[in-house]
Amino acid sequence: MISKKSDKTFVDANQFHALSQEILREAEKNGATQAEVVIALNKGFSVSAHDCEVETVEYQQDKSIEINVLFGKRSGSASISDIQPEAIKQAVHAACHIAKFTDEDPAAGLAEKDELAKHYPQLEMNFPWDISVEQAIEMACECERQAKKIDKRIQSAEESSITTMEAFYVYANSNGFIGGYPHTRHEISCVLIGKQGNEMQRNYSYSIATDPAQLESIATIAKDAAERTVERLGARKLKTMKTPVIYLAEEARGLFGHFIAAISGGNLYRKASFLQDHLDKKIFPSFVRLQEQPFLNRALGTAPFDDEGVATRENVFIDDGILRSYCLGVYSARKLGLRTTGNSGGVHNLIVKHGDKNLAALLKTMGKGLLVTEIMGNGVNLVTGDYSRGVGGFWVENGEIQYPVTEITIAGKLQEMYAGIQEIGNDVDVRGNIRTGSVLIGEMMVAGS
Amino acid sequence: MIDVMELARHDLLDPGGLNDNQLQGVLHQLAGRNIDYADLYFQSTYSESWVMENGIIKGGSFDIDRGVGVRALSGEKTGFAYADDILMPALQQAAKAARSIVKQGDEQAVQAFHKQPGHVLYQPINPINSLSEQEKISLLQRVEAYIRSKDSRIVQVNLSLSGEYETILIMNSEGHVSADVRPLVRFNISLIIEHEGKRETGYAGGGGRYDYLQLISDNTVFDFADEALRHAILNLDAVDAPAGTMPVVLGPGWPGVLLHEAVGHGLEGDFNRKGISAYSGRMGEQVASTLCTVVDDGTLPDRRGSLNVDDEGTPTQKNILIENGVLRNYMMDKRNARLMKMQSTGNGRRESYAHLTIPRMTNTYMLAGKSNPEEIIASVDKGLYAVNFGGGQVDITSGKFVFSASEAYLIENGKIGRPVKGATLIGNGPDTLMKVSMVGNDLELDSGVGVCGKDGQSVPVGVGQPTLKVDELTVGGTKS
Repeated sequence: MISKKSDKTFVDANQFHALSQEILREAEKNGATQAEVVIALNKGFSVSAHDCEVETVEYQQDKSIEINVLFGKRSGSASISDIQPEAIKQAVHAACHIAKFTDEDPAAGLAEKDELAKHYPQLEMNFPWDISVEQAIEMACECERQAKKIDKRIQSAEESSITTMEAFYVYANSNGFIGGYPHTRHEISCVLIGKQGNEMQRNYSYSIATDPAQLESIATIAKDAAERTVERLGARKLKTMKTPVIYLAEEARGLFGHFIAAISGGNLYRKASFLQDHLDKKIFPSFVRLQEQPFLNRALGTAPFDDEGVATRENVFIDDGILRSYCLGVYSARKLGLRTTGNSGGVHNLIVKHGDKNLAALLKTMGKGLLVTEIMGNGVNLVTGDYSRGVGGFWVENGEIQYPVTEITIAGKLQEMYAGIQEIGNDVDVRGNIRTGSVLIGEMMVAGS
Repeated sequence: MIDVMELARHDLLDPGGLNDNQLQGVLHQLAGRNIDYADLYFQSTYSESWVMENGIIKGGSFDIDRGVGVRALSGEKTGFAYADDILMPALQQAAKAARSIVKQGDEQAVQAFHKQPGHVLYQPINPINSLSEQEKISLLQRVEAYIRSKDSRIVQVNLSLSGEYETILIMNSEGHVSADVRPLVRFNISLIIEHEGKRETGYAGGGGRYDYLQLISDNTVFDFADEALRHAILNLDAVDAPAGTMPVVLGPGWPGVLLHEAVGHGLEGDFNRKGISAYSGRMGEQVASTLCTVVDDGTLPDRRGSLNVDDEGTPTQKNILIENGVLRNYMMDKRNARLMKMQSTGNGRRESYAHLTIPRMTNTYMLAGKSNPEEIIASVDKGLYAVNFGGGQVDITSGKFVFSASEAYLIENGKIGRPVKGATLIGNGPDTLMKVSMVGNDLELDSGVGVCGKDGQSVPVGVGQPTLKVDELTVGGTKS
């Protein structure tokens, strides 16, 4: 089910378009040769329930203005949470003051006029949720009640929560670009505790969407959270060994997140990436294709233009397993002697092409190995590709899950892990900016007892 | 002496023309029947940062964030709203929203305001003004030139200098009024070195609650630069880390991140009130080896994790969490303390006015033991000596935690051997602490870089420990 896109916004768009122009004029008055401004506003609430009673009700209402000025090739920035004229003057002044002390940076400056998004599509991103605080509280309580009925080992819950947020974003610069749009994001989550003897395990499920009609039902989230929690009970350690590994879709997202970081301009020009000088080289097996789809309606990474007003585009980063494009903004592109790819602020819906196997079929293909459902820690070195993480999941034999495993690590080198991908499942997880199915990797080192 | 309370009132209340009568009125309106407690949290934060990249002062930024958070507690319920305008209409609207958790109830008089004193652990100074812009830049230029001259293999140097001046004023329905002015500075360096086609990175940094002058005294920033270079060169030589369970010796100082993850989070009041921590219901029990005494201490002068008062106005304390291995205390904010019929331990913290107060750590460390560090290493036949770490993470319910070593060495026959590549270490909090078999006499605190994340909120913290030996910990290397 989907609902109709809303043209209503919680703020007067014209007021903030006008404000962005006033700020640019103020910068010009202070002598800036170029300037850009971001205005971000949001409004919403979140409620959480514990023991089937409301625990917190939080109302959010934020505004922020970021100003960047250039005096030739010298830049300065300031930000404020206030839209009063005095505060804005003060912020513009502070940014201009800073630019007196920064150095000439040949790569500094706004996007060229021909790079800016002259026309951009009106995308479906704004779906306010017509829900009262009382209704949200009732939903959160109901989620916990239903979860507790599913299995008697679910004896308590950490919390169930509902969050709804409307946001409005404007970007304008002195090269004549002004663009803005409203967007929404809503989330339901349920965190449970399972007990068996002395063992206690925690796990969760959640649904997140721009359109509330695309959120999973309370019943589905409660059931998923309960199953995911009890299936962790009885976890053992594994022996230290080399073994094939499947990353469950939600954890496989991170693998491609590291890839995007490694081909991002900021890391490349700082020589901080293991994929330095890898353009047109084979990174993945031939069946892997990674493409950006910024114009998907109702997706979480959708954007008509990037953080510098540059038109977003359907970049193909990997085709036939070969690196076809870096992921660049204006500044890093200039540093590298290239053009922006419309990725200032990151990638907008990265779609990982998948095969036709579901998770069960993927487990059959692996036969014997580790299914990773949880990753802990930040042991990823993008300069070298060295990778070492704490994980939990399941031991698989004969293509079937045997028992849960915990307190182990998996390690390797990202270069080898990427080249070693054998299959990508069709169980695509859409709850993020990167959409992938589960990923089977030929061999990794597992450390355990 | 500067009156912190006057400073805070001047900065936070005067611009919007707010006075005590009006604010008492807001609290009065909040604190009706069925509301156990209410507070207003005014905050302003001025922060700046200067970034130098490969010799160019690439950018600088100046940020101002001001606002007021309003909270009302009723039994287990919390209503919370905030405004980024410190003005009467916005404040009244936030108060009305926060109070809506209780459906009805009349207004109730609140106690007359009286000052609640705090510690004087740091000076109420604005560090941003302690050096001129030219001096800040010249400092970065000197560090860059210094470190470049040390090794021609350096291909990238990133430096940053940042300062923050935060003022808070808290007024609650019990009539308590507290204020704090919190300076915070930090210097960071990261560099990349390239040798025979191989690139490696090194990082160092530090700071605390003082001004830039103190940060740069004793050439500390040049020491950080040397440390980053040493770290990068060492990584060039590193061999693959071992995989498996083995004895691990942790160096002093920042490796105390172990305690933050393996013990600290599990002893925060909110998790224990809900009974969902691996340490829940274990007060008075042996949860660590008898060699372990772990404290959370918000009262250390000048430290990054210290506070004169916490974000509820409670003066911070030195809380003994684990004494000779026995669990003694949880860390509490007012709300969880009230619900558990305990007292706040001065651990109520929030990222900003726009976030809810929750129990958090300050500076968490283990007290020194009796062993010489050399003797600890000599006791290990085959194992790992880990002296520097990236971050960590914990699952407070199962107790399992990870932390990522960024500088480590093999120990072979009681001697420190070759450096090994970064690897994640994984264990279970209560099990791991029971396996601490030697504690060094060399307690050190970290250099002032810790940021702790919980429920989407970041706060500055400190950690520390002496050298210690864990008999068994799983090391996530690639070499079997």
